[in-house]
Amino acid sequence: MNKKQKKAAARVAVLYVPLLIVLIVVLVPFLWALSTSFKTIPEFQSETLHYLPQHLNFSNYSYVWSKSGFSTYFINSVLVSSVSVIIVIVLCICNAYALSRYKFKGKSFITLLLLGTQMMPVILYLVPLFSVFKSIKLIDSPIALVIFNIILQTPFNTLLMRSFVNGVPKEMDEAAMVDGATKFTIMWKILLPMLKPGIVAVSAFTFIGCWNEFLVAFTFIQTQVKFTIPVGLKTMIGEYSINYPALAAGSIIALIPPVILFAIIQKHLVAGLSAGAVKG
Amino acid sequence: MKNTNEGGIRARRKLKNANSSSMQIFPYLLIAPTVILILAFLVFPVARVFYLSFQNYDLTQSWKDGFAGISNFTKLFQDGKFYSSLVITFKWVFTQVIGQLILGTIVALLLNQKFRGRGAARAISLVPWAVSGVLVTMLWTLMYDQSSGLINDILMKTGIISKKIAWLADSRTFFPAVNVAELWRGVPFFAINILAALQSIPGEVYESSSIDGCGPVKNFVYITLPYLKESIIFATLLRGIWEFNSIDMIFTMTNGGPMDKTTTLPIYMMKTAIIKGNYGYGSAIGVVAFILLLVFALCYIKLSGFGGEDNE
Repeated sequence: MNKKQKKAAARVAVLYVPLLIVLIVVLVPFLWALSTSFKTIPEFQSETLHYLPQHLNFSNYSYVWSKSGFSTYFINSVLVSSVSVIIVIVLCICNAYALSRYKFKGKSFITLLLLGTQMMPVILYLVPLFSVFKSIKLIDSPIALVIFNIILQTPFNTLLMRSFVNGVPKEMDEAAMVDGATKFTIMWKILLPMLKPGIVAVSAFTFIGCWNEFLVAFTFIQTQVKFTIPVGLKTMIGEYSINYPALAAGSIIALIPPVILFAIIQKHLVAGLSAGAVKG
Repeated sequence: MKNTNEGGIRARRKLKNANSSSMQIFPYLLIAPTVILILAFLVFPVARVFYLSFQNYDLTQSWKDGFAGISNFTKLFQDGKFYSSLVITFKWVFTQVIGQLILGTIVALLLNQKFRGRGAARAISLVPWAVSGVLVTMLWTLMYDQSSGLINDILMKTGIISKKIAWLADSRTFFPAVNVAELWRGVPFFAINILAALQSIPGEVYESSSIDGCGPVKNFVYITLPYLKESIIFATLLRGIWEFNSIDMIFTMTNGGPMDKTTTLPIYMMKTAIIKGNYGYGSAIGVVAFILLLVFALCYIKLSGFGGEDNE
């Protein structure tokens, strides 16, 4: 072996082989669920395990979608997540603008408050939160989920958004201010267009977070027609006998939105964190 | 700094005046909605938990409701289940944070190399980050299933095991099994954070060190690791808190079982407060869990010197 071949062999050993292992470990659970979702129940229960389904039959999908109520859960999840995302984004831009551009009393306290919320386990205040929502008659209401999503998602995403606002040069605000623009004009006409990548990234992360929220939806929502996807899935496992192929189909449906969103915007997350989103 | 340009001074003074007087309300107006929401729906409920922990408040024994003094806490410190769930929590957090840190760093280093298809490889290997706890349970229950799971099948075919294992029920395998599933989801979090930190290391540092004849191992230990320190401390702290509090995957995968052997402190609290309806005692568990977490976080920040230098 000459030097060049040695170098190539080393690259295979330390880069491509481990990388391949990582990709296999990550992908196999997804692919296994996908394969299972196309199997019929007898096929699933048969003695010999087939890695691939014999036919691409979509009966499990149509079963969970129409008979198990997944179409309803899906729409509920989309509605709750979308409304939450819109409100969270507006709040995040306001907070991030204030934290990035202004010096004011209590600023460090507010940053601390935002970080502190990350430490609170949801389970800790779940019961009193239940009473709060009960007193304003929001138990079993999707509005409660939206409010909770806002509480849960705004703090971290504010910090992420702040790093994007920091990336917009201050001189732009100053120039506009000298030209006599009002504060609101500066925010909405000058800052907003520059923030587009940040808004896309933060919306996607907020959406994933809202889509995946389980604990509060599971405790606060009691009527089946108001269930979100994670709650619907949980009740499927709780059923007397588990129909695994249907469960797999339900999981694939639930996975599609967050996985696709994440794959598209993951590089913005890395870039945002790299810019110091979470550091002081 | 002295600015000799008079026009510049005037413009700046105008800005400064605007910033200091009339504009001072503006940042508060921007922040107010978030702060009000957090106070009403987070700070207030958390304060309630502290109040409730000194109350008898049990849905099944409502005739006893009222002030309880410290009886919830004295009961807690004599509760064997509390101690066993505490031990399980520490085992869980320790395994997860160490495992995720090591594997996450390896994955980040791999994904930071230059190779064809890197974008796609990154998107795929980081994707479990976006999967919810309930879905992790679904995917891994299908993998672990005794009769039709992929893992048993592969291990049987390769001759590693001779009998199919009930991974989530067998006393020797459920803990590693649940941990593997959580690692699958948690490693990408570390990988994302460390990858972000790796990208902020200026390339010239490596160039000069390769001129000095440093190998890849020396490079990693003396150049990469010091740069990663802040991120590693931050990510381990955040993840430690997160794993301590994590509930949805364990709850859906094992429901705290078998024999309460995966009942961590939050699961124990959930079972006591939400399922059994004993809010007073459940709140006391929550308060103790919160104090433990706070002490841990403060010690960790102090010992690691996190944010020491660049903290303004």
